[in-house]
Amino acid sequence: MSLQTDLGKVRGLGSAKEGVHHWWAQRLTALALVPLVLWFVAAITGLAGADIGLVRVWIAEPVTSVLLVVLIAATFHHMQLGMQVVIEDYIHVEWLKITSIVLVKFASVLLAVAAGFAVLKIAFAG
Amino acid sequence: MDMGGRPLSPHLQVYKPQLTSILSILHRMTGVALAGGTLLLVWWLIAAATGPAAFNTVQMVIGSWIGRLCLFGWSFALFYHLCNGIRHMFWDMGKGFELPTVAASGWAVVIISFTLTGIAWVWGYMSMGAF
Repeated sequence: MSLQTDLGKVRGLGSAKEGVHHWWAQRLTALALVPLVLWFVAAITGLAGADIGLVRVWIAEPVTSVLLVVLIAATFHHMQLGMQVVIEDYIHVEWLKITSIVLVKFASVLLAVAAGFAVLKIAFAG
Repeated sequence: MDMGGRPLSPHLQVYKPQLTSILSILHRMTGVALAGGTLLLVWWLIAAATGPAAFNTVQMVIGSWIGRLCLFGWSFALFYHLCNGIRHMFWDMGKGFELPTVAASGWAVVIISFTLTGIAWVWGYMSMGAF
């Protein structure tokens, strides 16, 4: 039997050097989202009440299409990272925690692809 | 896990709610709310790609009073999460940890979020020709 605490046993063994990846990805997407969200909100506010024709013309503009796809990618990556942390903090039943994280990750990919596809369809097919 | 019987920090409920803690949990709550809000964004984009009937349905839902109420909440959540996220970036750079600064930046976030929400809604109604 060891008298060392669990923390004491692992302290100083070093890390896999990947500890900050999640944190860093969260900050990078956040930084990208600052101008992207401001642009999107300004554009969408100007489109309030617009009919489908106007909205499609706006989405089909090359600058809009590209920025929308980037916005979608950054948003869902950021969302998925954030929801993972929230789930890890509040759900303590192991199987439910893992299941929730997997579902959030799958859902975020599905939603991102659906949104990106919609933008590209309008951009290429009108 | 064996913690060696060391004392634990007191639990959350014993603390009096204060600006810092309220704004902190609000960052999480707005983040989770915005995750739900992305569903509307996806629905809106897919409807625009699908056709006029689908698009009109989204417009009708967003235009209803409950739709506008949700959109108002989401727009505030978005501005709050954005402003407080920028506040977090300063902390990440090791700046603004002094208590008076934390309080000042906190109030600034609250005031700027409400202001931006107000500007966005006046602007939105203006582009709809409401006034």
